[in-house]
Amino acid sequence: MGDQSIDVKHYWRAMLRLIAWLLVCWFVVSFGLGILLVEPLNQFHIGGFPLGFWFAQQGSIYVFMLLIFIYAWRADRLASRYGVD
Amino acid sequence: MGIVGWTYVFVIASFSLYIGIAIRTRADTTQSFYVAGRGVPAIVNGMATGADWMSAASFISMAGLISFMGYTGTIYLMGWTGGYVLLALFLAPYLRKYGKFTVPEFVGERYYSQAARVVAVVCAIFISFTYVAGQMRGVGVVFSRFLEVPVEQGVLIGMLLVFVYATLGGMRGITYTQAAQYVVLIIAYLIPAAAISWKITGNPIPQFGFGDRVLEGQNAGMYLLEALDQIHRDLALPEYTAAYVPGKKSMVDVFAITLALMTGTAGLPHVLVRFYTVKSAKAARWSAMWALIFIGILYTTAPAVAAFARVNMIQTLNGTPYAEAPEWFKNWEKTGLIEFDDRNGDGIMVYSGRPEINELQVDPDIMVLANPEIARLPAWVVGLVAAGALAAALSTAAGLLLVISTSISHDLFKSIFIRNLSERAELRLARISAGVAVVIAGIFGIYPPGFVAQVVAFAFGLAASSFFPILVLGIFSQRVNKEGAISGMLTGILFTAGYIIYFRYINPTGGPDQWLFGISPEGIGSIGMLLNLVVTLTVSRFTPAPPAHVQRLIAEIRLPRMRPTGKLI
Repeated sequence: MGDQSIDVKHYWRAMLRLIAWLLVCWFVVSFGLGILLVEPLNQFHIGGFPLGFWFAQQGSIYVFMLLIFIYAWRADRLASRYGVD
Repeated sequence: MGIVGWTYVFVIASFSLYIGIAIRTRADTTQSFYVAGRGVPAIVNGMATGADWMSAASFISMAGLISFMGYTGTIYLMGWTGGYVLLALFLAPYLRKYGKFTVPEFVGERYYSQAARVVAVVCAIFISFTYVAGQMRGVGVVFSRFLEVPVEQGVLIGMLLVFVYATLGGMRGITYTQAAQYVVLIIAYLIPAAAISWKITGNPIPQFGFGDRVLEGQNAGMYLLEALDQIHRDLALPEYTAAYVPGKKSMVDVFAITLALMTGTAGLPHVLVRFYTVKSAKAARWSAMWALIFIGILYTTAPAVAAFARVNMIQTLNGTPYAEAPEWFKNWEKTGLIEFDDRNGDGIMVYSGRPEINELQVDPDIMVLANPEIARLPAWVVGLVAAGALAAALSTAAGLLLVISTSISHDLFKSIFIRNLSERAELRLARISAGVAVVIAGIFGIYPPGFVAQVVAFAFGLAASSFFPILVLGIFSQRVNKEGAISGMLTGILFTAGYIIYFRYINPTGGPDQWLFGISPEGIGSIGMLLNLVVTLTVSRFTPAPPAHVQRLIAEIRLPRMRPTGKLI
């Protein structure tokens, strides 16, 4: 990696950790709650929505937005903490 | 003033706005033509990405499709939004840091190979043409239905407009017109949705309204979705909210299609290139967030529109005598998108899940466009929806045409045929290619080849199985090399294309029992994507690591900081 300092290595490792966590959330909410577990979740309701159906057609999209927000915010903080911004 | 009058008002007003913006944002350098000078604010780029991404398919077709699919419509809702998470986490900031102008350019440099670049260019052009043909068709349909001009003239007007701002303004012009088009299309989508939600449930926010109780009529007091399930049961149709019941797609297939659409979205060249236009890697991340918020506003409204339209459609038509059919029914009957066949000769329209007694054929495409008329909203709302549909189709068409023109002038001519092309000549060539591409797209719009609708699934499958894995690996692995990427891309493309062609043309009657793991051709891109990933990693392990300068490039694009010189390494 040539001229890369310790900070750069730490920055990248922290970044990969952040990405991994967000990816797990992404998978759980969309493929997990919206597809794999939709039938058991549909036994429960919020208002007029069967829960699994709600995650599939509404909830997952809200969570996606939240995930990118957390990502952009945390990535900015990582960049300034490790001095690579 | 009637529907036609209002449509003219909105269409002329919005078109004048787009032309005005195009004239003010003329491009005079290749930097400005290809990437809008890289000074687009994150939020403006988010809006432009929203309009770029949301096409005639999202605006006109999607809610209609969901309306007929119920739960299964999820494949589009999650598939076309979840990809932005992947785009933000894996691609947008790094491609921006890399800089330059195109996606094939990144592929060529990261994999130190002209061959890889050419494969990428061919995929980019194919994907974009497939897509753009559908947009011009959408323009033609809106013109013919609402302005009562022939489809050909409608396409011609659309072509002229795109021609003006795409060739004049390039990416700069397109960016700001797309931002304006986003505003037009989202207003046009939300107003009728809110009005219908308020009318049926008393709640003006559609996202909440379709989980609310019906105010009046035979289902008064019931939850809307409960009523919809009830109506479906009565008509021998699978329940609307039920997931994997007979008559709907299997869990495996829903999983595969959603994954293919997500990874395909993240690999679409016209979306990726939008992230080259912002100031920095940091801005690219925030821009991805804005893009998903702007897209999410429409995508969370669509399933509500779908449910309301479904109830309205069935309740207005089923059991109604044909002689008393509403006016919108007669209007759409002329287009052939809705048909009544009085099988039992009693003059009463019957809609049913049992094919032997069903007498109505309804094309999902009319649901959004006819929705305001079905719900008896005022004429100006219908005109607004027409202007919104045009904004959605034209903004996507412009973004795609730019990818085609850049691919031709920058990736083919400048890098392969005439290496010493001057900037002025390259800019002229980019304008000419954009012009030629508009004309070809227009011809596809007027004489749509039968395969347009079929190849859209192909475009996503191809983007998923060719671009996505090698772009992500190119950034996140230093070990992946030229040999790996080329064999991976070819495996992914050949497998996906072969599977789709086999089940479309050679064995079109082959159903779920013959599909590989029960995955339909629509979803096979996800398997192609995984194959590409495995082949790229395996071949790279047994072949030499990339040269030192490529390793330095990878290390550099991972860091958000910009060098003062603007050079990468």
